[in-house]
Amino acid sequence: MTVQELPGAGASHRSTQPPAWRPRTDAAPLLPDPEPYRVLGTPAADRLDPELMRRCYAELVRGRRYNAQATALTRQGRLAVYPSTVGQEACEIAAALVLEDQDWLFPSYRDTLAAVARGLDPVQALTLLRGDWHTGYDPREHRIAPLSTPLATQLPHAVGLAHAARLRGDDVVALAMVGDGGTSEGDFHEAMNFAAVWQAPVVFLVQNNGFAISVPLAKQTAAPTLAHKAVGYGMPGRLVDGNDIAAMHEVLSEAVRRARSGGGPTMIEAVTYRIEAHTNADDATRYRGDAEVEAWKAHDPIELLERELTARGLLDEAGIQAAKDAAEEMAAALRDGMNAEPVVDPMDLFAHVYAEQTDRLREQAAMLRAELDAAEQEAAELEEGDPS
Amino acid sequence: MTTVAAKPVTTKPATMAQALNRAMRDAMAEDPTVHVMGEDVGALGGVFRITDGLAKEFGEDRCMDTPLAEAGILGAAVGMAMYGLRPVVEMQFDAFAYPAFEQLISHVAKMRNRTRGAMPLPITIRVPYGGGIGGVEHHCDSSEAYYVATPGLTVVTPATVEDAYGLLRASIASDDPVIFLEPKRLYWSKADWSPEAPAVVPGIGKALVRRAGTSATLITYGPSLPVCLEAAEAAREEGWDLEVVDLRSLVPFDEETVVASVRRTGRAVVVHESGGFGGPGAEIAARVTERCFHHLEAPVLRVTGFDIPYPPPMLEKHHLPGVDRILDTVARLQWEN
Ligand SMILES: Cc1ncc(C[n+]2csc(CCOP(=O)(O)OP(=O)(O)O)c2C)c(N)n1
Repeated sequence: MTVQELPGAGASHRSTQPPAWRPRTDAAPLLPDPEPYRVLGTPAADRLDPELMRRCYAELVRGRRYNAQATALTRQGRLAVYPSTVGQEACEIAAALVLEDQDWLFPSYRDTLAAVARGLDPVQALTLLRGDWHTGYDPREHRIAPLSTPLATQLPHAVGLAHAARLRGDDVVALAMVGDGGTSEGDFHEAMNFAAVWQAPVVFLVQNNGFAISVPLAKQTAAPTLAHKAVGYGMPGRLVDGNDIAAMHEVLSEAVRRARSGGGPTMIEAVTYRIEAHTNADDATRYRGDAEVEAWKAHDPIELLERELTARGLLDEAGIQAAKDAAEEMAAALRDGMNAEPVVDPMDLFAHVYAEQTDRLREQAAMLRAELDAAEQEAAELEEGDPS
Repeated sequence: MTTVAAKPVTTKPATMAQALNRAMRDAMAEDPTVHVMGEDVGALGGVFRITDGLAKEFGEDRCMDTPLAEAGILGAAVGMAMYGLRPVVEMQFDAFAYPAFEQLISHVAKMRNRTRGAMPLPITIRVPYGGGIGGVEHHCDSSEAYYVATPGLTVVTPATVEDAYGLLRASIASDDPVIFLEPKRLYWSKADWSPEAPAVVPGIGKALVRRAGTSATLITYGPSLPVCLEAAEAAREEGWDLEVVDLRSLVPFDEETVVASVRRTGRAVVVHESGGFGGPGAEIAARVTERCFHHLEAPVLRVTGFDIPYPPPMLEKHHLPGVDRILDTVARLQWEN
């Protein structure tokens, strides 16, 4: 077949536009505003819901205390590692508060606080980081996926789950969290694309806290903002001040509403800052200066809300104290829970690999059982003071 | 007890491709949670037509054309399985499954374990694998070694039309993720088969003696089974009566069937297409040696693909284990000479 013989190659066809060539969607409504959306300290704050904001305040204070306690536990060797969210509490809390019971949260390894704010037991939430098992809870019971350590890999899961729920006719929204660095991973792009093509009820929350370990955003992406990335997939991108919990709550709620009503996914970039080091193993002074950190401290999520609420007479000293007391109570319970030695059963190594244990694993389990029995017997003999 | 008059079972020639298609159709008809997904699986029926007609019969939500992104496909399947569906994922070709390895290894294989059994993932991942079809680069890999080295994955591979149906039904019914390796050069192999009353085949984890013999055991699976059976026929002329064991399931590995056979025959050769170094044959040879040392008349030998990237089509016949190479190796089992 020559080129002339190919269907559609005739001169008479050249003038007509091939049918696929048309804009699918007007891009303008998908584009993020150039400045992060803010509510606190702006006229928009007039419409704050006092009840909701007082709850947000209490949760923020509790969240800050949780961060402090968990970090302290790493110093005592009770936790192997803890990625702090000091400074990012508004993102974590808002993510948890906008979801209904039946909705699902897909956290990254940094988002223990969001899981706790959603109602997960604080000690259970730290199982992964303490090291007694990988996931310390039943994801189905809490509708919280396991904290994901490989970056961005939980995002396609959120899309698949939301899609499955919709296929089954269930009213379920999935909210997936990822860091700024995670947006460079292939799984981020694949998840965004799947979600948009499937119009899945998913909300992507990117916490842009400035750094991926030591690498600043400028070395991570050349996009004008991370929120701009949404447009290429055909979903709205929203830019929001991640330290302003009122703004976070509003933008996230709107995205959840859109997802729930069949309007498809939204990607939200929350501009925030990681006040503490990446984890206790990190030395943040190697890649950033004090001045930058201090500037962000002046934009603290708790202070922003406290200032707004007290100025409006929605929060008083007693309210502040009550939030502090509740946070102390949580911290004490967390300390007690974490100071109790975790019970681990070595035989669990083989218990959850397959539905039915393979011969191979049975053999290896018997080997470990024998080693344990021998060690136990040796210990018992030592106890009896057997001089031989 | 009421007796039902046995319906006469009619068999007619069917291909492995048809049996695989039928397995998905029957599974989808019986269980509304079964969803087939992948690239081109809908209107086209897959590039090998294995999902032919499923979208038409069950709708595009049950047999879904996905965007072209393997990590996304498998990652979405994870979420779907978390919500109670049974995804059957088609990877278009063996070497195009690699972008999904992160999802496979970090999540699919580990979710049951990470959640202490609370969240098993019943995902079947169909991977057309292996060579011998004249495919160009990246279309003929035998990637089973990667899969069998990953705890949490079940790895099966049919070599017959009956097994294609039976093992795929068992894989879809499994509560664990299954890598279902489809020997693509056997897709069009035919056998008499009855789709109305498919024979009940042993499920996952059971090897089968496909040919009884006394002089040595050929241990093989998937695309190499017909080659081994042919070699066993040819070996009769040389005075060798070869037993042929079809593993059917690489994980779990049916050690008992293999060991019993080798203890009977005293000699063993493992045959597979994938490279020998670090390949499944190395593991099998080690296990057979451990369990059969006093029964062995000769070391366990292997006939495998060379340890090279899969060659171009014009050279693949030199790479793939063929009858002659198997017979030469069998001859080496006369160890005392
Ligand atoms: C796939 C993958 N690559 C590398 C890492 C190692 N790692 C852990 S956290 C991190 C930085 C993540 O940065 P970001 O996505 O911005 O999230 P943040 O830590 O700021 O919350 C890296 C590189 C990982 N966990 N997963």
